Amino acid sequence: MTLKTILLGAVSALAFSGLASAETLTIATVNNGDMIRMQKLTDDFKAKNPGIDLEWVTLEENVLRQRVTTDIATKSGQYDIMTIGTYEVPIWAKQGWLLPLDNLGAKYDQADLLPAIKDAVSVDGKLYAAPFYGESAMIMYRKDLFDKAGLKMPENPKWDFIADAARKITDKGTETYGICLRGKAGWGENMAFITALANSFGGRWFDENWKAQFDQPEWKQALSFYVNLMKDAGPPGASSNGFNENLALFQTGKCGMWIDATVAASFVSNPKESKVADKVGYALFPTSGELTNHGNWLWAWNLGVPAGTKKAEAAQKFISWATDKAYSELVASKDGWANVPPGTRTSLYTNAEYQKAAPFAAMTEKAMTAANTAKPTVKPVPYTGGQFVAIPEFQGIGTAVGQQFSAALAGQMTVDQALQGAQQLTSREMAKAGYPKK
Amino acid sequence: MARKVSTRRKLVMSAIAWTLGILIFFPILWTVLTSFKTEAEAVASPPSFLFFHWTTENYAQVQERSDYFLHFMNSVVVSLGSTFLGLLIAIPAAWAMAFSPTKRTKDVLMWMLSTKMMPPVGALIPIYLIFRDGGLLDTRTGLVIVLTLINLPIIVWMLYTYFKEIPGEILEAARMDGASLIKEIIYVLTPMAIPGIASTLLLNIILSWNEAFWTLNLSASKAAPLTAFIASYSSPEGLFYAKLSAASTMAIAPILIMGWFSQKQLVRGLTFGAVK
Repeated sequence: MTLKTILLGAVSALAFSGLASAETLTIATVNNGDMIRMQKLTDDFKAKNPGIDLEWVTLEENVLRQRVTTDIATKSGQYDIMTIGTYEVPIWAKQGWLLPLDNLGAKYDQADLLPAIKDAVSVDGKLYAAPFYGESAMIMYRKDLFDKAGLKMPENPKWDFIADAARKITDKGTETYGICLRGKAGWGENMAFITALANSFGGRWFDENWKAQFDQPEWKQALSFYVNLMKDAGPPGASSNGFNENLALFQTGKCGMWIDATVAASFVSNPKESKVADKVGYALFPTSGELTNHGNWLWAWNLGVPAGTKKAEAAQKFISWATDKAYSELVASKDGWANVPPGTRTSLYTNAEYQKAAPFAAMTEKAMTAANTAKPTVKPVPYTGGQFVAIPEFQGIGTAVGQQFSAALAGQMTVDQALQGAQQLTSREMAKAGYPKK
Repeated sequence: MARKVSTRRKLVMSAIAWTLGILIFFPILWTVLTSFKTEAEAVASPPSFLFFHWTTENYAQVQERSDYFLHFMNSVVVSLGSTFLGLLIAIPAAWAMAFSPTKRTKDVLMWMLSTKMMPPVGALIPIYLIFRDGGLLDTRTGLVIVLTLINLPIIVWMLYTYFKEIPGEILEAARMDGASLIKEIIYVLTPMAIPGIASTLLLNIILSWNEAFWTLNLSASKAAPLTAFIASYSSPEGLFYAKLSAASTMAIAPILIMGWFSQKQLVRGLTFGAVK
């Protein structure tokens, strides 16, 4: 009798565990520190949701983009959750490729999301992806080098000041360069920076009728400024430098300033990786003359649910776990506040412990609040975006234009030639794609 | 006197050979060295060659994060599977073209090679859809099929060149002794073509092992081979050079070791018939 009971119990337990592990979510994600940390912490999620198992596919950003785009465009349903950028969310949502996230649970605090980020991942007021970590762009500079040169960085600097300071700090003899900026061609590499730079100079990619604007004086001013500054005060071979190359240069003490994604602040201030960790100051993305446009750089990695999945409910449960406030607390309790994914929630920036642990917190929040993706440029435009233009054609066009500008930086062509080339190829591609669309 | 010149010549030649060898091998050596550095040392400039703080931390982290064995087994199954399946199809095909050519044989060969001229991404969506409907996405079977297909032209071409070197009279003699077609291929042709077949086999295993476009695009988690394992350690935002190097070293080690052991066979096969 007892044996029978035990056996029965064991069998039903087995059956239950069989049932319990029935649902497996496949999650596609990018390779970065915050995502890897999330993978390590999933035991907490599994403990709270015993019926759901997780399988991770981690890929490099560009491979991931190609991979998930193929999957979602063909509705193959290989993934239940995809990590996508603010570039994809509005485009995919309009295509009907993403499910609206309306089942994140009653406890999920949507109102706490940073407004700029929330807008970037919403279409018609509905959330189509939940932000996991977000960033804007800002200046990271070496306080010691500024002191040595007798300079003081204002919180809200102008480009003219940046150019002067960069030239003063540059000492090619000791391999100290005033400024490090992206030069490697790519829509997400040099064009992210140059588009934000042009925004702050009053430039825009297209006018209201989708006509390319590279023949306008603002672009010439912005691109000449960039090329001349890099020639005088940038590191050699800058036309092949992307985020990682500049990060390495800055961390080894070779750059006076670096203007890039705010997420870099957590790397350069980490004494384990950076030689200059205790000497870094932060300031807002510069503006030009009387203009108040800070470039409007805004990016977030978000978790979205493809329309093809059959496990939408479980997927939303996971997303709710990974992007809610409780997750921040979980990370803080395991790895400290400095390692909490930044840039998505207002509450994080009002948290005293976070501010203490992350010296760059206040400036990051200011930079993110200053970004407006709905109105990225000084003059009116028919698109949203910021450091990119949120249309499907932008990846191709952006990279082709980036090659022209990278060549101008390398001295293979003049600024005028590069702008002319950009104007021609953008006009051609946009006409081919059927713009202006009704 | 003549002898002296030849010694000098020998010295010069071996110096050139060694320089070339080291130049070609250097990137791999650098990857291996970087895999033993910390992330900070990996990007240090000037870089240190041997005198840095050696650490196996990256290997430990890679081991902790990924299921190396799963990816490794997928790579083994996919590269061996596609190579053997390819040989099975290509040996009869190359036999037919080498020993009973028609007017069109050359054209057929050219046509087969021409399929390699199209950029693979051009066929991605159709193949992806076929795989989706056939339930082949993220399966080893699917990867074996697609790698067989893309490597088939090379296998056929290589085998065809080797088979051409074998005098047809020997096969005729076998036929006169009453050997059937199958027997002729298995007992007469194949043994004579072993060096050629072996080097085709080795080269194809290497090609399949390193194939990154299709294996990345058609797999997700279950069938993902070592190429996907490497891709998970690359990042445009954040420093992963040391971990990436560790992952790369682990991914190339098996094929590198196989290459060293079969070097003689590979070189002999590749230069087979070169002087005739």
